[in-house]
Amino acid sequence: MTKIKSLFISLLLILGVSTAIAGSHGSTHDLVKERGKLMCGSNTGLAGFGAPNDAGVWEGIDVDVCRAVAAAVFGDASKVEYVPTTSKVRFTVLQSGEIDMLSRNTTWTLSRDVDLGLEFVGVNYYDGQGFMVSKDLGVSSAMELDGASVCIQVGTTTEMNLADFFKANGMSYESVPVETNSEADAAYTAGRCDVYTTDASGLYASRAGYPDPSAHVVLPEIVSKEPLGPAVRHGDSEWADIVRWSLNAMIIGEELGITSGNVDEMKSSNNPEVLRLLGVDAGYGAMLGLSDDWAYNILSQVGNYSESFEKHIGPNTPINIQRGLNALYKDGGILYAPPFR
Amino acid sequence: MTAFSNQSLMRNKYYSWIIKNLFSSWVNSLMTVVAIIFIYEVGTFFLNWAIFGADFRTNFRGELITDRTLCSKNISPGEFGACWAIIYARWDQFMYGFYPIEQVWRVNFVYVLLPLAIIGILFDKLPFRKYFIYFTFIYPFLAYFMLYGGPGLSVVGTNKWGGLLVTLFLGVTGIGLAFPLSIVLALGRRSKMPIVKSLCVVFIEFIRGVPLITLLFTANVMLPLFLPDGVNPDNLLRALVAVTLFQSAYMAEAIRGGLQAIPRGQIEAAQSLGLNYWQTTRKIILPQALKIAIPPIVNTCIGLFKDTSLVLIIGLFDLLGIGRAALADMTWTKLYYEVYVFISLVFFIFCFGMSRYSLYLEKKLKTDNS
Amino acid sequence: MESYFVRKLIFDEKSRSLLIQTLVIGLFALFIYLIAQQTAYNLEKRGISSGFDFLNISAGYDISIRLIPFTSEDTHLRAYFVGLLNTLMIAVCGCFLATIMGFLVGVIRLSSNWLFRNIAYVYVEFTRNVPVLLQIILYYSILLHLPKIKQAIEIFDGFFLTNRGFFTPSPIFKEGFSIVLCSFIVAIIVSIFIKRILKKKQEQTGKQYPIFYINSALIILTPILFYYIMGRPLEFDTPVLKGFNFKGGMVIRPEFLGMLFGLSIYTAAFISETVRSGIIAVSKGQREASQALGLKNNLVMRLIVIPQALRVIIPPLTSQYLNLTKNSSLGIAIGYADLVHGFGGISLNQTGRAIEIMLMVMLTYLTISLTISLFMNIYNKSVQFKGNA
Repeated sequence: MTKIKSLFISLLLILGVSTAIAGSHGSTHDLVKERGKLMCGSNTGLAGFGAPNDAGVWEGIDVDVCRAVAAAVFGDASKVEYVPTTSKVRFTVLQSGEIDMLSRNTTWTLSRDVDLGLEFVGVNYYDGQGFMVSKDLGVSSAMELDGASVCIQVGTTTEMNLADFFKANGMSYESVPVETNSEADAAYTAGRCDVYTTDASGLYASRAGYPDPSAHVVLPEIVSKEPLGPAVRHGDSEWADIVRWSLNAMIIGEELGITSGNVDEMKSSNNPEVLRLLGVDAGYGAMLGLSDDWAYNILSQVGNYSESFEKHIGPNTPINIQRGLNALYKDGGILYAPPFR
Repeated sequence: MTAFSNQSLMRNKYYSWIIKNLFSSWVNSLMTVVAIIFIYEVGTFFLNWAIFGADFRTNFRGELITDRTLCSKNISPGEFGACWAIIYARWDQFMYGFYPIEQVWRVNFVYVLLPLAIIGILFDKLPFRKYFIYFTFIYPFLAYFMLYGGPGLSVVGTNKWGGLLVTLFLGVTGIGLAFPLSIVLALGRRSKMPIVKSLCVVFIEFIRGVPLITLLFTANVMLPLFLPDGVNPDNLLRALVAVTLFQSAYMAEAIRGGLQAIPRGQIEAAQSLGLNYWQTTRKIILPQALKIAIPPIVNTCIGLFKDTSLVLIIGLFDLLGIGRAALADMTWTKLYYEVYVFISLVFFIFCFGMSRYSLYLEKKLKTDNS
Repeated sequence: MESYFVRKLIFDEKSRSLLIQTLVIGLFALFIYLIAQQTAYNLEKRGISSGFDFLNISAGYDISIRLIPFTSEDTHLRAYFVGLLNTLMIAVCGCFLATIMGFLVGVIRLSSNWLFRNIAYVYVEFTRNVPVLLQIILYYSILLHLPKIKQAIEIFDGFFLTNRGFFTPSPIFKEGFSIVLCSFIVAIIVSIFIKRILKKKQEQTGKQYPIFYINSALIILTPILFYYIMGRPLEFDTPVLKGFNFKGGMVIRPEFLGMLFGLSIYTAAFISETVRSGIIAVSKGQREASQALGLKNNLVMRLIVIPQALRVIIPPLTSQYLNLTKNSSLGIAIGYADLVHGFGGISLNQTGRAIEIMLMVMLTYLTISLTISLFMNIYNKSVQFKGNA
């Protein structure tokens, strides 16, 4: 049987199916190291979260998670290959081993965590589904949307939340289902629909691209919990740990006030947690199978969570999102990383 | 004197042509008037939009256009012309996708050699045709090496490919791989062995009975489930598998048409000379059948080339996918017509060229046979 | 003995073909077995559940373009039927429009007017050499640039054109309308009888009757008469702008129109070519002969040219219908909720049952394709030369 199987495999190889070797033999971590770069599933283009700029370089807070992992594993944040995925194929691409991790505004839900064979390792953005309308409609609450036409980006939990919200409030609507957020933008700005609904972060990102962003308002109602975070394949805890703690290192970095600017000075800090994080106190990297300066590499090359947030989606960017829920727990948000010890 | 009479003869010729084709009856004259008004209206509108009133790299104030707000039509309400600056700004993406810019010469190299690789197949009276055909067989390996990389060249993953490169890659490779497969299928369908025949019939009819998009979805989502661990064709190759299977079924039907046109007597004559099935097929039947089948084969190729645009639905950036990505960019959004007209033009040039070639072949076949 | 057996296998045609076929089927079975086994293994390893039980789970999303009622509580199975009906609707409407346009353009391509001929030629070349997906997206973009809902254009009384669709009044049938409908059906049946009787008379006496006019009058006037007798039992519900949208009336959505235009404009180009070659294929001699018999031009067309041209046109026409039906699966690009977009897209994403859903979608298309081919083959046989094999 194995003979036939290997014959079958080699036949496929001969047929010119070039392969990206992945799979059961060897852990993902070994595989990534062997390959020399990290394969990271990203969005096909969501401004501020994951999108190529004019020079074709990927940028965004989701992209920064990939860069952090690359910095931890290789000591070089640029050793990442981005695989753009649509919402439809993102999970199969991960399951099939084509990518090592998925960092693409993906909501952590029970069924995805359990039924789809994924493992979510944390949350890098707390989101929720919201509604955006044009200001001149004079609408101030989602409860006034009875009879409206609603553009939704399908392939997500969005259409279910939408149906539930309108049903629960006894309102009717016309759904205009579209495949990508750029199509939704086109339909919404052309007036095909009155309301555009998706994760609030997506609404802010879209609004930033409109000719007159101030003419649109995101309504206060948030109708769902959408914790967005990176995911890996189920069953490789060692790799999941690396991704989880790469993200945590960015958050802890902010807690401790370590930025890409002062990371070298912080090495001589008196705070023992800082010293542990930056690898001055050795031993923590080895637990993860990484070098001791892994977190130092993340913070020096990618920066802490706050830097990433401010650079890509913060109030000084066209996306213009306030920290809100995504502030640290001590600043009134719910962002919280387990202690580094 | 003779010059004058020639001239008047010519004038007479034009005159009678005009009468015959434009003013033969009052209905015809009315149609001519309507057509002229129509052509004038549509023509002036389109030319004003696309050329005379359009921005190319600069707007009417002479500024270089770097984003959509600098387009003339977005500055002054009186302007409505196209803003082609988006095509200039994204030219590299349209041509090469996200291919590293310092490596783009490799793609150009492959583009330039493509006509040389094809010309040998297209024209049978070409001088030194033999060498061109040799080159045709070398080309795929050369192109693969140049595009993907290998010893001496850095590897550029297929996820960096895009635009015309993906469109041409899927079109040309799909056709190239489908060709041998389709011959096997066509022969299989004409086989006297019931099992071989029914397998081929089921395969061909199944593929022809479902839309390409479902095949692309299947290849994209399910191929990884069908294959053993460690065999993970990437997104582009999965699409290529679907495209190849699709094309082979249609091509097989075209070739079957050619096979049916070969008179039975030829096979019998060949057999009576002592040739066996493979010899008869290879030396007598196929060369003739393929010659007859080339025009319909070219037509299926045109169909396939257009259908490669469907891969955008599974997240690949072909020409149309790159266009939509450009429209999704905040700096260029809303310039739909410019992008779609440009992409249409590219597809039109390729497809129209192929259909002209197919017509040329049909004419040639007719004269060859008569 | 053994060598005889081997020789027989190689040189005897029957045994050889048996050997090859056994090999082929063996390899094929092995191939299927390996794939099935691998798939089962992969599904299990990746923790993906399978089975058709999801069909009875409520879908949880709404579909606005639909022919049968559907809410978010209905099942995925019902979502399948909504999608199927939408696919069939766009396919039927598309084929209908494409046929009309195709015949029109095909005839214009043969017009005696040089300009008309060439305008049609340019149309054909430009539409058939550009991908249908691109055309669908392009026409949809144009439709999105129609006036917004607040600036709706009123074409006639109660007909509004906006970028949210074409709003029209919808009929409300009141008591007594069924009688009007019955009178219409009766009129059609009567007219068929009249046609038969008058045809027979014409054959016997040679006298021509204006059958067409008599019957048209009968079919049109009878229901109108009954409509007034019953006290006009038909009212219209006109759409009125209320809040965000028009209320009442009917609406044709731009997604549907985009698909319809894209599919029919593209396919019409191909149909026009088959129509043109079909008409050309009817030899000039036939036309001249019938003219020599004293038939009028429109009769020559109707009785001589068209029936013979149809014989040539129908096989390629069938494959164009098939292509159009398959291309109707591109609704996903502009949000038309057909089988692939609704059931094959949204349901697939929510349930993760890729194999089951793609299998259902593919088999459905296969069934539609085979059904169309079957009916067209039957029709094709009925119009072929009789007794001239």
